[in-house]
Amino acid sequence: MLRGKGRGIQFFDEMVGQGGEVRSPYREYHDWFDREDAARIQRKAQQAEAFFRTTGITFNVYGEDEADERLIPFDVVPRIISAREWRRLSRGIEQRVRALNAFLHDVYHRQEILRAGRVPVELISRNEAFLPMMMGMDPPGGVYTHISGIDIVRTGPDEFYVLEDNARTPSGVSYMLENRETMLQMFPELFAKISVREVGDYPLNLLKSLSACAPPACNGTPTVAVLTPGIHNSAYFEHSFLADQMGAELVEGHDLRVVEGRVAMRTTQGYTPIDVLYRRVDDDFLDPLNFRPDSMLGVPGIWDVYRAGGITIANAPGTGIADDKALYSYMPDIIEFYTGEKALLPNVPTWRCSEPEHLKEVLARLPELVVKEVHGSGGYGMLVGPAASKKEIAAFRAKLEANPRNYIAQPTLSLSTVPIFTRTGLAPRHVDLRPFVLMSPQGITITPGGLTRVAMTKGSLVVNSSQGGGTKDTWVLED
Amino acid sequence: MLGKTAGSLFWMARYLERSENNARLIDAGFRIALTRSSTARSEWRSVLVTAGQDHYFRAAHGEDYTSQRVVDFMLRDPANPSSILSVVKRARDNARTARTYLTREVWEAVNTSWMTLGALLKRQVREDDLPDVLAAIRQQSALVRGAFGGTMLRNDGYNFSRIGTFLERADNTARILDVKYYLLLPSVAHIGTSIDNVQWETILRSVSAHRAYHWLYGTEISALKIAEFLILYRQMPRSLAFCCDQMNNNLGWLHRSYGEESEAVQMAAAMCRDRLSRPIQAIFDGGLHEFITDFLSANAALARQIERDYRFVE
Repeated sequence: MLRGKGRGIQFFDEMVGQGGEVRSPYREYHDWFDREDAARIQRKAQQAEAFFRTTGITFNVYGEDEADERLIPFDVVPRIISAREWRRLSRGIEQRVRALNAFLHDVYHRQEILRAGRVPVELISRNEAFLPMMMGMDPPGGVYTHISGIDIVRTGPDEFYVLEDNARTPSGVSYMLENRETMLQMFPELFAKISVREVGDYPLNLLKSLSACAPPACNGTPTVAVLTPGIHNSAYFEHSFLADQMGAELVEGHDLRVVEGRVAMRTTQGYTPIDVLYRRVDDDFLDPLNFRPDSMLGVPGIWDVYRAGGITIANAPGTGIADDKALYSYMPDIIEFYTGEKALLPNVPTWRCSEPEHLKEVLARLPELVVKEVHGSGGYGMLVGPAASKKEIAAFRAKLEANPRNYIAQPTLSLSTVPIFTRTGLAPRHVDLRPFVLMSPQGITITPGGLTRVAMTKGSLVVNSSQGGGTKDTWVLED
Repeated sequence: MLGKTAGSLFWMARYLERSENNARLIDAGFRIALTRSSTARSEWRSVLVTAGQDHYFRAAHGEDYTSQRVVDFMLRDPANPSSILSVVKRARDNARTARTYLTREVWEAVNTSWMTLGALLKRQVREDDLPDVLAAIRQQSALVRGAFGGTMLRNDGYNFSRIGTFLERADNTARILDVKYYLLLPSVAHIGTSIDNVQWETILRSVSAHRAYHWLYGTEISALKIAEFLILYRQMPRSLAFCCDQMNNNLGWLHRSYGEESEAVQMAAAMCRDRLSRPIQAIFDGGLHEFITDFLSANAALARQIERDYRFVE
């Protein structure tokens, strides 16, 4: 599974095998594609772009002019997963999310895993996302990770790895839904021919799942609201999309205040209490009284309401510790500790640069590794060794030596490829997958598939939208 | 619904209405400038005053009231916060904020309108292209209006938008009268030569109603009739009385639905009753200019009251 330095390394292509045979999940699609006029598909692809623009499915790129709203490139060739593959994946994902939630509960209560020495104490105590105020707090329903996104990569027929856990505020689910919607509009005949599992019920499941986590103070049908930083946030489209689809209010900090012990939103008829707040702002910005005093995004006093059982905050404050990439390397132990089972989905082998032995090896093999910041996200601040120049590697080496604790390293994975549609026909590009997982006291719901991100540039392994990556519709086939 | 969202819908509608009104003012100004080169400069100035943009214009371009300069200023000059381009952008920002209350069709129409006009107004518009560009602006707003009327639930969000539309429209019609009232004064009309044909046509064109006027009053052109038509004629969709009736309907809906009579409801009712329920002669007797000034300030006060009563801001 490690990619060597030389050229000519074979990647696993999900559609076509090495002998040119089409793999079984793609057979029907491939037959259709072969008979289809390429010019027609080209036209449809252009229509899709216009459709995304009109719908406003754009994102703002940080650091650029606010007027510059960009489209995430969309590719019309679906990524297809068989029912058998999905069963295996979803079992592994479910196990992982259960363990994450149990871990968070433990860290914020008795800390047995630390006492048992399975996870080093510094990893928590030095973790910026750790919230001492959450100690002893019981979030409604015992749920910390209401919504999580588990990033998965594939390197072979049966080789799936978890690349990252996103338990803070995973984004991208609106693209998953709009991609499907677009495909349904462009190629309805495909869906008549091939049985693809539904994803469109995600917003309803989200609403149900959030409602099932209502706080003790709630009486009657829970009022759910989505908290957004506002229209200039890069994910604003997604925030409004989810609120719209759930029939929930989309609120900003200045719409909210604490009234009679509840967090309430200012409506045209006065203040109405909110039961469940699906917040898309970070912990730091939640409550200027208790966290960052300069934050204008949050609600002064929400923390006290939360402690008193007056509101559910999803995800729970302090869940960000699970996103930490150093902690990630302990996930197999964490899963075993709480479930008593081996992890069904393996981790990517990870060197923790905080450990001298590991650091030494990483420094020696820098040109062939991927090095990431422990708290980084969005593909920023990482080094992809094989793609970097000597100068870039030298600069990164200096950063790494100055603050090794801030980094982890992984082998450069030979990510699987799925073809994209280009002017000259199908061309393989590297992909990953982010399935979306909902958790409530009633159980775990995983939407079949998830968001497939694809590196649109030939040979590139970076799939992040902020770095020019695109997306595909993801199909999980019915049995 | 959220107070902020109600405010966004209200302002979205106001900005959309404003862009259409300004397009109409440019159209009327352009016609008169073509036919009357001698007075073109003062006509353009009065267009800018009507649109409330003269102050910005002078700050940026002094006394340079040429067709080309004024048209470009009103369409797309970055120095003009009320240019059509920036007004449409603000309409779209408000639509984005209130996105969850708009149907997909309405949102797409607003967004498309922003994209289309953005492309059309990227460069300075050549004089011979102006009619097409103005037509496109009107067409975009017709598309938004159609999507709005055809797909929106008749709930409070709908009513807040409608109030924004009619409040803005009443303001616009009153401003046209405010700038041109001297043409309608009886003293002018009574001085032998009939009221300046081109001038009154401009007035009627600025509200897209010169055909309707003829249809209604035949060929008779009189200051009294024009004023009556624009102020009191309840079937004319840009008259003050029509706008006022509509606002009363929409506020009345909120009153019934919320079960609470706001001050704004009372103010709007009073506006209709005290100002628009008397014959035109009575208005002239009390002074047309005074009437218009008073109406404009009552209309602005109503807007502020709505904002307070329905908690658009804290």
